[in-house]
Amino acid sequence: MAERTIEADTPELRARWGNFAWTAENAAMAKEIVARYPEGRQRSAVIAFLDLAQRQIGAETNTQGWLPIPVIEFVARELDMPVIRVLEVATFYTMFNLVPVGRFHVQVCGTTPCMLRGSDDILAACYKRGMKKGHTTEDGLWTFSEVECMGNCSSAPMVQINDDNYEDLTAERFDHILDELAAGRQPKPGTQEPGRHTVEPVGGPSTLKAMVTENHDYRGEW
Amino acid sequence: MPKVTVDGQEIEVPHGATVLQACELAGKEIPRFCYHERLSIAGNCRMCLVEVKPGPPKPQASCALPAADGQEIRTDSDMVRTAREGVMEFLLINHPLDCPICDQGGECDLQDQAIAYGRGASRYEENKRAVTEKYMGPLVKTIMTRCIHCTRCVRFSEEVAGVDEIGALYRGEDMQITTYLEHAAKHELSANVIDLCPVGALTSRPYAYEARPWELSKTLSIDVSDAMGANIRVDSRGGAVLRVLPRINDDVNEEWISDKARYQVDGLALRRLDKVWLRKKGRLQQASWDEAFTAIAKAKAGSSVAAVAGDLVDCETMFAAKALLAALGSDLLESRQTGMSYPTDSLALVNFNSTFAGIEEADAILIVGSHVRWEAPLLNARLRKAVKRGAKVFIVGPHWETTFPAEFLGEDAGVLHKLPGHVGEVMSKAERPAVIVGGGGLVAGALHPALALAQAWNAGFNVLHFSAARMGALMLGFAQKGGIADMVNAKPKLLLSLGADEVDYSAFGDALKVYIGHHGDKGAHAADVILPASAYTEKPGTYVNTEGRVQLADKAVFAPGDAREDWTILRALADALGVNVGFDSFTELRAAMAAAVPALGREGLADYGPLPKADAKAKAAGAIVYPIKDFYLTNPIARASHTMQRCSAELLHGEDFAEAAE
Repeated sequence: MAERTIEADTPELRARWGNFAWTAENAAMAKEIVARYPEGRQRSAVIAFLDLAQRQIGAETNTQGWLPIPVIEFVARELDMPVIRVLEVATFYTMFNLVPVGRFHVQVCGTTPCMLRGSDDILAACYKRGMKKGHTTEDGLWTFSEVECMGNCSSAPMVQINDDNYEDLTAERFDHILDELAAGRQPKPGTQEPGRHTVEPVGGPSTLKAMVTENHDYRGEW
Repeated sequence: MPKVTVDGQEIEVPHGATVLQACELAGKEIPRFCYHERLSIAGNCRMCLVEVKPGPPKPQASCALPAADGQEIRTDSDMVRTAREGVMEFLLINHPLDCPICDQGGECDLQDQAIAYGRGASRYEENKRAVTEKYMGPLVKTIMTRCIHCTRCVRFSEEVAGVDEIGALYRGEDMQITTYLEHAAKHELSANVIDLCPVGALTSRPYAYEARPWELSKTLSIDVSDAMGANIRVDSRGGAVLRVLPRINDDVNEEWISDKARYQVDGLALRRLDKVWLRKKGRLQQASWDEAFTAIAKAKAGSSVAAVAGDLVDCETMFAAKALLAALGSDLLESRQTGMSYPTDSLALVNFNSTFAGIEEADAILIVGSHVRWEAPLLNARLRKAVKRGAKVFIVGPHWETTFPAEFLGEDAGVLHKLPGHVGEVMSKAERPAVIVGGGGLVAGALHPALALAQAWNAGFNVLHFSAARMGALMLGFAQKGGIADMVNAKPKLLLSLGADEVDYSAFGDALKVYIGHHGDKGAHAADVILPASAYTEKPGTYVNTEGRVQLADKAVFAPGDAREDWTILRALADALGVNVGFDSFTELRAAMAAAVPALGREGLADYGPLPKADAKAKAAGAIVYPIKDFYLTNPIARASHTMQRCSAELLHGEDFAEAAE
């Protein structure tokens, strides 16, 4: 039933990740994160620590990173908290990957506004490249999942790939982004509509037009 | 005190009470699943919705809402009724309709409340969710599809047991309750989650599919697996004890019992002595009662007779033995089987004077030679409560895994004479300090040194015994000055063993050893005559726990085979030996006992008078050794129990029993 499952705790997994430790850079980062909280409240840093660990594993494996059981135990030890409490957090937030993922985690929004604006085309483009929901492609490049609203409805349809959002997509624009990523280049994140910067109205403002050039006082006109 | 109105009835409620408690005070029943008096408030089942004015115009979860002055609470309005129906309908959406094969059937909160507060029919036509089974160890059987996510088990293991091992993984509809990586729950109170579970998700594994609750006759009894005297209910059918459940007694066990108390009972049907045995030419052979009594009379022991009481016997048995020995002209009585010889002239000196409820209030505690978690798991839960309120705990003795922060001061009892400075400072500055001396401390001679410290700090002084029979035995005078060694030196010709299995019988040479007990354990192996007697569920009895609380237990079932109630055996033996003990019935025996030791005739805390002054010359020395080597196998009943054997092998010795998917 559950789409998310924890990667089985096998001797191979222990051998691979059993001696996980912070890199020098992340160790300094971890220290800084813990220092944000009062003494004895170090548990508050659990989400930040899990994220840091996932990113370190991502850098190590050249993927988006994930959280094997030994690493979750490592975080529990670092923060002096019961490992079941860390596992609860890691399984609760879908941003934490519990199984290995690919180089790019393609999260396509399929909720109503995106669907009305053509997310079905985006999904079709994914299927065409051999992606399957909840799976990683053979070449280890793409992990694909359909997600619920990511809050970019005014520039729908949208896709989140790793840490960046790509908005105002069409199948062609989306294909171009995937090609660029696969080729190792970084496409421009955000809206893909030419001439649009963020989520301002397409074709110029339709309300509060007088505010465009000056700080107009509308109060007399109400 | 806030005044609230519940369904038009005005009542005053204590400060800090919740709306749910206010409704209960007004005599209104509020359905609930996640709320539990002894756990923190979660507010996640939403079953306790009521209407509260002033407040938002919607039903409110009463368990998490503080009662405030002037509130108008309705528990009977249309809004409340439909809200409950709605919550119940949602809860039942994913709950399987497998009541006919569910062990919780008949004592299920969900079943009862669905009848009382549900709609009676479901409008849900989709597929129900299903959850894979989780392994939680040899005691707790899980059927997690039935789970309604009340998180009582999670809160219990975190808050009461102090062992974080159960958690809720994933989220929303996918939420699953499990132990970490499905490891077995490893603490001494783990099976209490079965009672807490309001549905059939966590049920009893050893009792699975054994009986329905309405088939069982229920007997009020007292647990004998440790000296806490936990109040239990023995559920039996025919001649078999099927299970043991805790009764609520806030002074003793609150509403928990240890796993051993709950699950040793399958041992009551195994390795039983149900025939009379007589040693002939070095071999035990079956015999009749007459043959056995003749053999005992033939020993012509006269007054050279001694009696040693085991850990599980009731006061009546010990009193009957005492009366028999008195009639024969002997007072060689002992109950401390392993040779302890602490002074017993004042019983206050060897009593848990702070009481269990009182120790919760302590703000600094020194434990001398006690593995509390194994010797008294329920007291350990109380200590954890004290620590959560801010108490500091220091322990003298080898390290054990505590469920609360504690400082170990060293393994040698001698450390009492040179305590680190900060310990003395904390203890003397505390408002309600307490000292607890365990069996390990008593052996190392720490009784008087610990008392001296307690009196210097003005601290409560407590001795934590481990044997259910101990305080009763001491009240009846089952103690020699030099311990059991005095008895060995007296070279009795006849030795009566009242279920004593820890005694070194070889020291008694060729005395005729008569074992009056219920299990074929160490004592029976050494005996010359075995007279089959009753276990604690098979006789009425008086027990005194380690805080000196006199409690009565009832008889649940009859003893198997030829076994008899212990006192009747001793009474018959008196006839065989030609003496008169002065009672012919159990009532007369109790009356005689109450006349001899008045405290045993009254239920409740016995008064042992003031504490004596500490003997300043006494010195504690030597490494402390805890008396319990294996929590699950401490008495003959537990040693015979398959469940306890498996717990010991799996939980303490790491054997792997993880089973293939059921």
